[in-house]
Amino acid sequence: MSVTAIKKKLAPQAAPAPPALVRMAAPRTSIVQRGMPYMRGFAINVIPPVITLLALLLIWQLLCDRPGATLPAPTIVWNEAKDLILEPFFNLGSQDVGLGWRVLVSLERVLIGFGLAAIVGVLVGCLIGQSVWAMRGLDPIFQVLRTVPPLAWLPISLAAFRDSSPSAIFVIFITSIWPIIINTAVGIRNIPMDYRNVAAVLRLNAFEFFARIMIPSAAPYIFTGLRIGIGLAWLAIVAAEMLTGGVGIGFFIWDAWNSSRLPDIVVALFYIGFVGFILDKIVGALGNLATRGTAAS
Amino acid sequence: MQRPYLKIDHVCRSFARGSTSTEVLKDVCLTINKGEYVSIIGHSGCGKSTLLNMVAGLLPVSSGAILLEDHEVNAPGPDRAVVFQNHSLLPWLTVYDNVRLAVDKVFSSTRNKAERHDWTMHNLELVQMGHAKDRRPSEISGGMKQRVGIARALCMEPKVLLLDEPFGALDALTRAHLQDSVMAIHAALGNTVIMITHDVDEAVLLSDRIVMLTNGPSAHVGEILDVDLPRPRKRLELVANNQYIRAREGVLKFLYERTHFVDSAA
Repeated sequence: MSVTAIKKKLAPQAAPAPPALVRMAAPRTSIVQRGMPYMRGFAINVIPPVITLLALLLIWQLLCDRPGATLPAPTIVWNEAKDLILEPFFNLGSQDVGLGWRVLVSLERVLIGFGLAAIVGVLVGCLIGQSVWAMRGLDPIFQVLRTVPPLAWLPISLAAFRDSSPSAIFVIFITSIWPIIINTAVGIRNIPMDYRNVAAVLRLNAFEFFARIMIPSAAPYIFTGLRIGIGLAWLAIVAAEMLTGGVGIGFFIWDAWNSSRLPDIVVALFYIGFVGFILDKIVGALGNLATRGTAAS
Repeated sequence: MQRPYLKIDHVCRSFARGSTSTEVLKDVCLTINKGEYVSIIGHSGCGKSTLLNMVAGLLPVSSGAILLEDHEVNAPGPDRAVVFQNHSLLPWLTVYDNVRLAVDKVFSSTRNKAERHDWTMHNLELVQMGHAKDRRPSEISGGMKQRVGIARALCMEPKVLLLDEPFGALDALTRAHLQDSVMAIHAALGNTVIMITHDVDEAVLLSDRIVMLTNGPSAHVGEILDVDLPRPRKRLELVANNQYIRAREGVLKFLYERTHFVDSAA
């Protein structure tokens, strides 16, 4: 605790660090000077979240480090779940594996479910974006279905598939598909008339129009949908695995709760948050890559 | 008598909004010969673009017919290539790919890959855009985009080239430069061109005939002016040319006297 406290005290003084760095480094070699803007950007982006994180840890520590506290303090988490944090990939038998393995198992499910949702979602989105009749017919149904929470789908999918793994994948699929459909449809509906005219003059057939005009033109919308979708998919996996069992990170939390290992749950939460963050960034980066041309105009 | 190349025969077009229907064009008749450069001029909102879109096949006619080489126009196609006012290049494709898309589509069965590449480059060189072939539309200027748009239309070897206010969004200097390019291309290839414009100088400089539409609703061809200036035409020499000045005066008078008259009669 004392270490954190001292760090915290130092923190306000550490804040104006970037200008100090710049001034000190100026007379040095040119390599350092050239590295300066990069260093500065790094400092601007990294120092504020680190300070905030330390502050939050401190508050958490102060709140929970007293007799009668219901939740474990950071130091207790560190002491009791150190192995989970430091060794994500140990493997000591069927249920005693590192959190890294568990996350990978969950990720596999998410990628299958989300991948299916992406393919079906984009195709269905194109259909209801392009056809007024498909939109009128399907949109009201989708608007109702998309509000159904992931867990409510689980009993139905368990009854239908009679197996936990496809059920979990189905729950992920059905949770993440709606924003993909809706965003794709909006993107297709917003294709500028000019592009449609170009396609008409060139007499592009349906497939060429789909591949050369619809998908590139709607790409920014599609990737927005995918980004929301991957977030929802990751939310759903935990809920699904809590009930279906298996090796995933969701079941690990449920299991830890049943055996009163609160520090383990805390560590798992960090894992989930971190992986979700990474997934979001990956889809975002893919989107930026794929929509360079469209977004620039 | 020579049969007309393109015939616009008593074409009407009305747009329905709810229960009310507005007649934009009424009984528009026009015949255009092969190789002719025809401008359509009129006040904004009179239906110039509607007329062009119908020739392109992008809009159906309400009644009447448009015949190109005795075939009725009822769908868009590459034989009536359009240069759109706002260039309409696909932003996710490079300059080369924008033109190549059209070349591939039109000549997929008649030319091999190398020939299609050469034809794409040939058309880009024609509009002096060969140097920018790998750039994206967002990386080039407005005038350059319009050049690429023209290359894309030319590469389809259209029977009729349709220009929808092609220079409207450009500054005066770029516009003059591009007009010269279009004149050079027209002189070299002998295309049949229909151009929509609201710039009197542009119409007189480029056209063989200027078709003036009356004000809408129910716009029709008010007057057709022959521009008998010899080609090639030089912008600077024409400034003091009497024929040029008379043609210019004729169009201006129509636009600011005749259409005013139609306005008050309607």
